[in-house]
Order: sequence, then C-alpha cells, then structure tokens
Amino acid sequence: MSRLQARFAQLKAENRAALVTYVMGFDPDRATSQAILDGLPGAGADIVEFGMCFTDPMADGPAIQYAAQRALAAGGTLKGTLAMVAQFRQADPATPVVLMGYYNPIHAWGARAFCADAAAAGIDGLIIVDLPPEEADELVPHCRANGIDFIFLTTPTSDDARLPAIVGNASGFVYYVSIAGITGTASATATAIDEAVARIRRHTPLPVCVGFGIKTPDQAAEVARLADGVVVGSAIVAAAENAREHGRDPVAAALDLVRTLAAGVRGARV
Amino acid sequence: MASLNTYRAGPDERGHFGIFGGRYVAETLMPLILSVEKAYGEAKADPAFQAEFRSLLKHYVGRPNPLYFASRLTEAWGGAKVYLKREDLNHTGAHKINNCIGQILLARRMGKKRIIAETGAGQHGVATATVCALFGMQCVIYMGSTDIERQAPNVYRMKLLGAEVRPVTSGAATLKDAMNDALRDWVTNVADTYYLIGTVAGPHPFPMMVRDFQSVIGDEVRTQLHELEGRLPDSLVACIGGGSNAMGLFHPFLDEQGVRIIGVEAGGHGLDKLHAASLTGGRPGVLHGNRTYLLQDSDGQIQEAHSISAGLDYPGIGPEHSWLHETGRVEYVWVTDDEALAAFQTCTRAEGIIPALESSHALAHASKIAGSLPKDHLMVINLSGRGDKDLNTVIRALGDAESMGML
Repeated sequence: MSRLQARFAQLKAENRAALVTYVMGFDPDRATSQAILDGLPGAGADIVEFGMCFTDPMADGPAIQYAAQRALAAGGTLKGTLAMVAQFRQADPATPVVLMGYYNPIHAWGARAFCADAAAAGIDGLIIVDLPPEEADELVPHCRANGIDFIFLTTPTSDDARLPAIVGNASGFVYYVSIAGITGTASATATAIDEAVARIRRHTPLPVCVGFGIKTPDQAAEVARLADGVVVGSAIVAAAENAREHGRDPVAAALDLVRTLAAGVRGARV
Repeated sequence: MASLNTYRAGPDERGHFGIFGGRYVAETLMPLILSVEKAYGEAKADPAFQAEFRSLLKHYVGRPNPLYFASRLTEAWGGAKVYLKREDLNHTGAHKINNCIGQILLARRMGKKRIIAETGAGQHGVATATVCALFGMQCVIYMGSTDIERQAPNVYRMKLLGAEVRPVTSGAATLKDAMNDALRDWVTNVADTYYLIGTVAGPHPFPMMVRDFQSVIGDEVRTQLHELEGRLPDSLVACIGGGSNAMGLFHPFLDEQGVRIIGVEAGGHGLDKLHAASLTGGRPGVLHGNRTYLLQDSDGQIQEAHSISAGLDYPGIGPEHSWLHETGRVEYVWVTDDEALAAFQTCTRAEGIIPALESSHALAHASKIAGSLPKDHLMVINLSGRGDKDLNTVIRALGDAESMGML
C-alpha cells in the first residue's frame, strides 16, 4: 500500500478529511523552508504538497509567484527540492509528500531519470499544472514504474465528457481546482464544490481533494464536510512571508496557521 | 535526416510538429483550447469566413502590399537581386494585422466578447486593439513595464484605440511575463474571453492557425515574383522572435526544394552574452503551452532574453520553426544588435524606407550573404514592419549626436 493509500485509509477510519498543505521549497531560503516542511506533520498536516520553484508559474497568483521568485533568488533548484524531501523523510516515514509545479524543470532533468530519483527521495506523488491528460503520456508511465502517483487536476471546466479520460488514468487522489482561475484568489461556494465533488465521485472511487481559494479555518472546515481533502497553499505562503516582512518568525507563523486549519478540518464532521 | 515528401503537412491531430508543439496548458484551459480548434477547423472550411477574411485584408489592411525591387540595396550589396516584401505598408504598420483579422473573425464566430493579448514591441497590441475597435469588442493588452517604457508611442496608440493596457511587472517585465499574465487572465475569464495570441507559438491550434493567417505573405510573394521575374525566388530571409512573419513567408515555399530559406534570430550582445537566439543558444523545453527550443539553464529555469528589438525579445520560438530547424529544411542564423542597427541605417539611407528593428535583423543577415551570390539570384526579404516605433531606441543606441547628424 502506498503512503497516500495508507493515509486516506487511516483518515477514513477516523471519519475526517485530509488537510493538505502547500509550501514552496527554498522559500524564502533553504533552512527556513526545511524547518517549515519538517514541522508540518506535527502542526496537523496530513499530506504535504511541496512546491517546485519555476520562473514562469502561469497558474499561480501573486503569493506563489513571489514565493517562486524568492526561492530562485535563494538558489532553489529541483535537485535541491528533492534533497529537502529526502531529509524530511529521515524523520517522517509516513506523511505523503506530493511535489507540485510545472513541467519544464522535470523535462530538463529527463522524465525517466527524474521519476527514479524522486522515488528514491521519498516522493509519493506529482502534480504538474501544465501537463493535461492530452500530454501526460510522456510522464505518467515513468511515475507508475517508480510507484509515484500522478495526480490529475479537474476543474469547473472539466465536463462529464472529459472526466472519464482524466480520472481513468489517475491514482493517489483526484485534485479538484474549485475555481476557474489562479491560486490564492477567488473562492468557490459550498454548493458549487458539493456538486462538483459529487460529479467527480460518479466517475472515480479515488479520494477527491479540493483546493484554490481556501484561506481560513472556517472555509477549510466547510470543504472538509464535502470532500476527502482540503488543500491550502497561498494562505500559508502569505502568512510566513508576512511574518518575515515584519520581523517575526516565518516558521512559527506558517505552522500556527496550519494548526488552526487542522483544528477546523478535524472539527468539521463532529 | 532523410528529406521528407512534404514539409507542409504538420501538425498532426494532437498539434505536434515532430516532437514539438502540443497543448501543455492547465486543465481549466483544455476544453477551451479544444473548442478553439474545432471552431477554427469549421471556419477554415467555410467559404464565407475565408471570403470575409480576404475582403478585410484587401480593403482594410491594404493587401496585396508591394514586392518591391530594392535597386539601391542590390547595388550596395553587389550581388543578389533583392526584393523587399512590404508588410510595413499594411494598416498599423506591420504583418501582425493579418493574423488579428483572422482571429477576431474567429472570436466573433465563437461568440466571445472580450479579447486579451500580450505584446512586446506593441505592434501586436496595436493590431489587436485595432481589430477590437473595428468589431466593437472589449480589449485588454498585457505588456511588460520595461516594454511600455521603450515603446511609448504604441502604448498611446492602443489607448487611443480604446484598449486597456495592463502593465506587467513580474520577472523582467517583458514579453514572456506579459504572456504569463495573459494566460492567468484567460484561465480566470475562460467563459467570455478569447486570447488572441500574436505569434506562431502557444498551445495547438495557435501555431497552425497563426501560420495559416500569415501565409498570405508567402502566397502573395509567389504570385508577385512570378509576374515580375517569371519564376520562384532563390532565397527567402526573415527575422524570427516567435516567428510569425517568417512562417508566413516560408510556409508556402517549404516544398520548393530549390528555394533556400533563412530565419534570422536576435543575437543581442552576442551568443556568449545576453541574446534571444533560442534555436542556436537554447534547447527543447516546455513553456507557454508548447514544446520548443527555449533559453533555459541546466535546471530548466527559463532565462531572460535580450534583444534591442522588443518584438524579438522572447526566450522561445514557434514549435514549427524548432521542427524545421531539426529537419534541416530551414537555416537558422543570428545577428547582433549592432549589426541590426547598421542595417537599419543602411536601408533607411539607401531606400528611404525606415524598417522596424525586428526586420533590420533580416536585412543585416542579407547584407552579409548577398554580395557573394550571383546577380541573377532572386532574394526576398520580409520587411515585416516599419521602424517609426523604434526611433527612441535607435536614438538612444546611436547616441543623440550621431542620430542628429543622420537627420
């Protein structure tokens, strides 16, 4: 059983949704980012999404665009990002880690070699924003060969005609991007999320995690009642950066927010 | 590689030219991209659509524009007989309008009301704002703040035409970053918005569609040169940023094996310094919806391009050019900023035609090879746009004293 399968099975037994947290490797520097990463499970993150910095994050709003610029300025690379996960793995053998980002750094590494190296670093899944089902064939087989789940994205524009093609190839979980837009901006209504999750579940038995625009513990709790997982990214990235700008500890700020989000998610179905 | 039966059959049904091209976009955009492809397929086969396109090119753009025998350049370079394809005489002053006419008709056919576009030099932004004015559509142009400074006259033109110009400050604040922000807008306003991409790049079907609309350039050259000389050209020369003016000239001649075809990239300060020569200085990667040659570091991070010409200042190139490069059908070379500036002055003085700095790259390479070619060698250079927009840049580059002397 993969780490993702084990974690979702455990959460199902506990009758609660997963809190999936996103932060970016090397933001604002390697040591701070490593401290945040290492602290996430203790603060209540059930699954860790770890951002791979890229010069041209076309699907991201300002919070994560700036995070990428800070990470690159701090010397962030894909190789370094894998090394950070390998270090995380030494202390935490159980929490699933999913890398999220854009395709070109992986393309530059070579899909086959990258997947082998990512698996060796203890990575469980990949979310590649600019690799839709139409182009995913060049990466998915290498993921599969190395026991890595390729997480497909579904969106408000993925209609019933497209959904089977998307989820037919999916493993791990299905990510529902709850708005048509970029990260960290608008939020979807509970009704819209409820309908979309139900629609996706008609096509797949995989867990459905919902992200984009979820910022507060209340929003997280609301989504936790509707889906199998709640993804929060920009809000955590922004909390850490806001603290740093004001001379406070970004690690504490990020993990404090994760604690309140976790409380929201854990209390949602009581 | 063995020569193919045809170089004009691409892309395949998934939008690939060999390994290049494709549709590397966020899932949110995929259904829309597929609907653009379907709508374009239907429009292409619709005689009424084609008739309206041709009519606007004739009566609004002013086509066909001349294929002009440049006798003074021919004499100065002392070899090949040089013809200039005068895209600079089009309405709005460059080849960009050809594609904008085609795509605005498609957007209207798809029921879209809001048009977005990216622009570097501002020529595509002006052409887009122009067709939006003509068709009464809302228009938002993304333009890097660096480019807004160096292309101020075009910014005013866009605003006069009713477009909203949104400055882009991320990255180096040039064309690549403007394209990122345009894609962010599109993914957010997917229902009512059409992204009018200005070059032969982006996700399928854009590289194919823009090429088709721009192929009017090469089609006219074929007809005009037949009337003037009774035969095909011996060589074609065009500048390449994304590569739409070049593709428009080249594509109708790709299967004419006797026609030597040369694309000229922007070598900036030289290939060991900052430049924009993606084919010579880059390697294949994925950006902005397609696989193509990109300027990137060993980690796959995209590098900033540099060219004196804002329209060539992009770290990528259209995917069909990448394929034509690898098949060897088209020769791709580069010239530096300084060489382009020299050619700008030569053309201005010799012919009384002020070329765009983009087009000056094609002139610069032509000046290097024309002298060694026989006098009956027919060379066609695409004069893709006029240089009025570049006067500030040229004055700065040449120094005030020298340019005043030039005046």
